[in-house]
Amino acid sequence: MSYATNEAEDAVDVRKSDIAAFAHRMRHHVIDMGEAQGQGYVGQALGVSDILATVYRDRLRFRPEQPQWPERDRFLLSIGHYAIALYAALAEAGVLDVEELDTYATDGSRLPMSAMATYTPGMEISGGSLGHGMPLAVGMALGLRKRGSRALVYNFLSDGELNEGATWEAAMSAAHYELGNLVAVVDLNALQADGATDSVLRADPLVDKWESFGWRAVRVDGNDLSQLLRGFESLDRDESSRPRILLCDTTVGKGVPLLENREKAHFMRVDEHEWQIAREQLEGSVES
Amino acid sequence: MTKRLTTSAMIASFADADQPTSPAPFGHALARLAGENEEVVGMTADLGKYTDMHVFAEKFPERYYQMGMAEQLLFGAAAGMAEVGYVPFAATYSVFATRRAYDALCLDIAEPGHNVNIVGGLPGLTTGYGPSHQATEDIAILRAMPGLTIVDPCDSVDTEQAVPAMAADPGPTYLRLLRGKVPTVLDEYDYRFELGKAKRLRGGRDAVLVSSGLMTMRALKAAEELSEHGVDVAVVHCPTIKPLDEATLVHEADSDRLLVTLENHSVVGGLAESVASTLVRNNAARGLLPIGLPDEFLEAGALPTLHERYGLSTDRIVRRVLDGMG
Repeated sequence: MSYATNEAEDAVDVRKSDIAAFAHRMRHHVIDMGEAQGQGYVGQALGVSDILATVYRDRLRFRPEQPQWPERDRFLLSIGHYAIALYAALAEAGVLDVEELDTYATDGSRLPMSAMATYTPGMEISGGSLGHGMPLAVGMALGLRKRGSRALVYNFLSDGELNEGATWEAAMSAAHYELGNLVAVVDLNALQADGATDSVLRADPLVDKWESFGWRAVRVDGNDLSQLLRGFESLDRDESSRPRILLCDTTVGKGVPLLENREKAHFMRVDEHEWQIAREQLEGSVES
Repeated sequence: MTKRLTTSAMIASFADADQPTSPAPFGHALARLAGENEEVVGMTADLGKYTDMHVFAEKFPERYYQMGMAEQLLFGAAAGMAEVGYVPFAATYSVFATRRAYDALCLDIAEPGHNVNIVGGLPGLTTGYGPSHQATEDIAILRAMPGLTIVDPCDSVDTEQAVPAMAADPGPTYLRLLRGKVPTVLDEYDYRFELGKAKRLRGGRDAVLVSSGLMTMRALKAAEELSEHGVDVAVVHCPTIKPLDEATLVHEADSDRLLVTLENHSVVGGLAESVASTLVRNNAARGLLPIGLPDEFLEAGALPTLHERYGLSTDRIVRRVLDGMG
């Protein structure tokens, strides 16, 4: 027995180090893209790199060379301003060439600052206006189930997006239709455009809220790979047909102490000389 | 003492007493279409019974999705369905489709160009329920949305033919729904609905009436009455407001006949202004007489009373045209 357990633990360790390396490379891409542009949602992108790495390295069924493969799991980024993070993930996942990231937010690029499905391979929806992701996810989950598809629909949203009424319309509907093929993942970075989420519109207690809406909800540290893996796995074990949600507390700027919890972190301005410091700190965070 | 007319709220009919009607033409057309095309699904936001969607729902319960009283969800979910290859018809009232769920219609449906067909009940002045339910500005709101086709059918014939045409068109469409017992008028004419085409229903030397929606049946009736006054009037039915049939309209306007537009919509931002801007852009500018709803929030009341008060009745049209002839 103990031998089997050790083997399982070893396997988890291998997965974790794969995911960690994926997330680390993502953060480098984010800093490179952010530097080229001079500003952007760099803080959020660093904060959610562990989540996206876990999803793209360990969860999603997709074919990098065939982004429209009909049996793929759908990953809906309703937070279109996080596009920079998803471009980094799509590049590491092989959907985009890493070299293409150099075009980020330049004229004629397939990688605009705010996510557009019509521009970018692997970008399933155009978000940006918040509260659209989950209604779309409900329709896709209904349609895929009707087609007999095994594909899952993931909706990645933010805590600010929980302000939007359409999110809760969709939450009720997902439970009503028993959409066990729908998985929501929320970035709880406690920050939105006008300040701290708690000061703008308090949403807690979130696990209770979602459970009372008929969902299976789990809350984890979104920058802790063990917790992310265990969180997803505990949702997998739910054998009911409830929709599932992983609530992930994250730290804006994670991995770069200079940028972590910086004031005015929502749309972060980074001075020219700071990008190199950020890069060095990112390396340091791995060595330490 | 005469009996006072009542509002009759949501089930008000605009059919004249002597008119032949057809029940729920949209619902029956959708059910027929669904029998031929298995990708067609019907969705609603708690208004299935009031948009004639129930006819489809009874026949194809497994393809019918009740989304609850949630219009943003309705359009988002319809877009999601379209993303995986279905052809949704999503029905609610026009006021909710346009005022409440504009962003979802724009970003989820129109921008990606999905074949989602929005069905809006109670367009213009077709309920006496007051401004909460009277979509007097729905065309004005939607005309500026790129890529959206806007259909304003006249009667049951138009509606039945528009439904398969909307599904066959690859992009999004908004249908101004006439529901319940819908008049049957166009069967008397050599007419076929074609998306994007205006059709001359009758010729006339003195005036040309360009009309859309239920105002076409009023225009046809007015034309008959005007002939008794010695005025010979042409009627051009324009069931697609966008894209507008510019060639036909420029051709019809190219004469010294009195040009009149008739619409079940505010005179701001609807057919009248669509025609006017078309003529200006084609160097065919000329005056026109716009018959439509005034630029104000309308009162509640009985539909015949309101149509008379706000100028949509046949009598009011006849008087306006005679005045316009000078």
